[in-house]
Amino acid sequence: MVDKKTVEYVAELARIKVDPEQKEYLAGQLSKILEYIDKLKQVNTDNVEPMREVNQHRNVLRKDEAVSFSGQQDILNNAPSRFETYFKIPKVIE
Amino acid sequence: MLDVINLSGAEIAEKISSKALTKEETASFFKKRIEQFDQLLNCFVDVFEEYPKSCGDSPLSGVPIAIKDNICIKGKPATCSSKILSGHKAVYDATVITRLKQAGLLILARTNMDEFAFGSSTETSCYGPTRNPWDRSRVAGGSSGGSAAAVAARLVPFALGSDTGGSIRQPSSLCGVVGFKPTYGRVSRYGLIAFGSSLDQIGPITLNFEDCAYLLNIICGSDPKDCTSLITENIDYAKSLHQECKGLTIGLPKEYFGQGLDSQVKDSLEEVRSLFQRKGVSFKDISLPHTEYAVATYYIIGSSEASSNLQRFDGIRYGLRSGCSDLKELYFKSRQAGLGDEAKRRIFLGTYSLSSGYYDAYYLKALKVRRLINDDFQKAFKEVDAILTPTAPTAAFKLGEKIQDPLSMYLSDIYTISANLAGLPAVSFPCGFTKEDLPIGAQLIAKSCDESTLIKLGSLYQDNTDFHKKMPPLEKYIKNG
Repeated sequence: MVDKKTVEYVAELARIKVDPEQKEYLAGQLSKILEYIDKLKQVNTDNVEPMREVNQHRNVLRKDEAVSFSGQQDILNNAPSRFETYFKIPKVIE
Repeated sequence: MLDVINLSGAEIAEKISSKALTKEETASFFKKRIEQFDQLLNCFVDVFEEYPKSCGDSPLSGVPIAIKDNICIKGKPATCSSKILSGHKAVYDATVITRLKQAGLLILARTNMDEFAFGSSTETSCYGPTRNPWDRSRVAGGSSGGSAAAVAARLVPFALGSDTGGSIRQPSSLCGVVGFKPTYGRVSRYGLIAFGSSLDQIGPITLNFEDCAYLLNIICGSDPKDCTSLITENIDYAKSLHQECKGLTIGLPKEYFGQGLDSQVKDSLEEVRSLFQRKGVSFKDISLPHTEYAVATYYIIGSSEASSNLQRFDGIRYGLRSGCSDLKELYFKSRQAGLGDEAKRRIFLGTYSLSSGYYDAYYLKALKVRRLINDDFQKAFKEVDAILTPTAPTAAFKLGEKIQDPLSMYLSDIYTISANLAGLPAVSFPCGFTKEDLPIGAQLIAKSCDESTLIKLGSLYQDNTDFHKKMPPLEKYIKNG
């Protein structure tokens, strides 16, 4: 069961603000979903290897070679706030 | 001018190449249809005034295509139908876009979707829901609802979607078109805004299997920019069109025909089976015993991956920013304001399953059950060449019917999710209509990298049926106001 306190904890981890009146509601919804998901507990998974790759597929890495990229200005143009060639954020050091 | 509306993409390309039609005429024909009908459906979030430059030649040269709003087209907005990406413009082309351009296709528009592809009805889009062209009071399915409805309504000859748990196949089923999810890794995902990285795959939504095969020829292939891309020989899928299927065996998994399946859908699937049987295909009853656990497994794995992938939306480098007094507040408020309810729910669920204390019970457990689901398929494919199931338990449901009950929405993907968990190619194609004249879809699943068998079977089916040629009754809405 997910309670209000768990919602607050998860919200903190996920960096999402939740309004106080939403907490109970969200706890209820998550509880209902997790209650359904709990059916996984019925499955015997002793000695089953977790499936961490699909189609026995391993990451295929390309050579680590520098290529030129001309989109710097376009990337900066997407930023909600910028200063010259920097992304601007609120002050973090006193 | 020619009767473009009844032509497939490949047929349009033929007319363009024989000069019976120009590219410009074709584009303006579809633009006019969009102008006339999209106010009824809301399939598109953006119809381009200026088309991205394309050059090159292919059997689909000059044909317009629409792109789901989570695939990057350089210089155009890419928002995943989320407020948090408002104002974001793609700074590079996704590999599929590069390939479409090289094949000479005309990239016409971006299509509506569930926010970040979280949903099965396109109701969670920040642009409002897409409606089903067969009945406007019903959903188009999701998350690629805009792409599927647009193709069904002939507002564009075909489109690209993405499929994480059924997001190409389920809306294609509900709208009466062909929706193909290739093998995991077959199509590069470079430039697809990530949802579930071990599940996501781009694929085509078309009116028929010809266009599907030609589009697969264009978009499939290895890509050094995607480390999950499969390194395989290029395959000509068009060679599998109009072939005999005698000697193939299709499996019918009993778990997909039980409780919860609408009887009209079930009857249609029976017709599909008998058509294939008449064409010399054998059938075999099989069992995929862990099917019951697929939805639960998927929602843990998909949400966990989503919660991780969506960490990048923090109000700093792109999109919406809210709250500016300190950095932490900026994160919390930007994400609160920019993400919709379902996105938050999935992030919460994923963050919870990955958090210390719950990781073993949820995430790790789900990875183990995923292995069992995968093994079920491996075993089945020792006996059969393909598996036939319904795509969705029912035809299109009403707008608003499931949006307040996340779990019931999740269960509408019950038949499509397993193919993603196992990374298998799967396709939905129209196979009938309900009494209310709503399309019904059948799904075929093949073993890894065997897209060709799906094209073969699907094409044979369409050579002998007309369901894919039927048009939704859009004019009736215009007449009635």
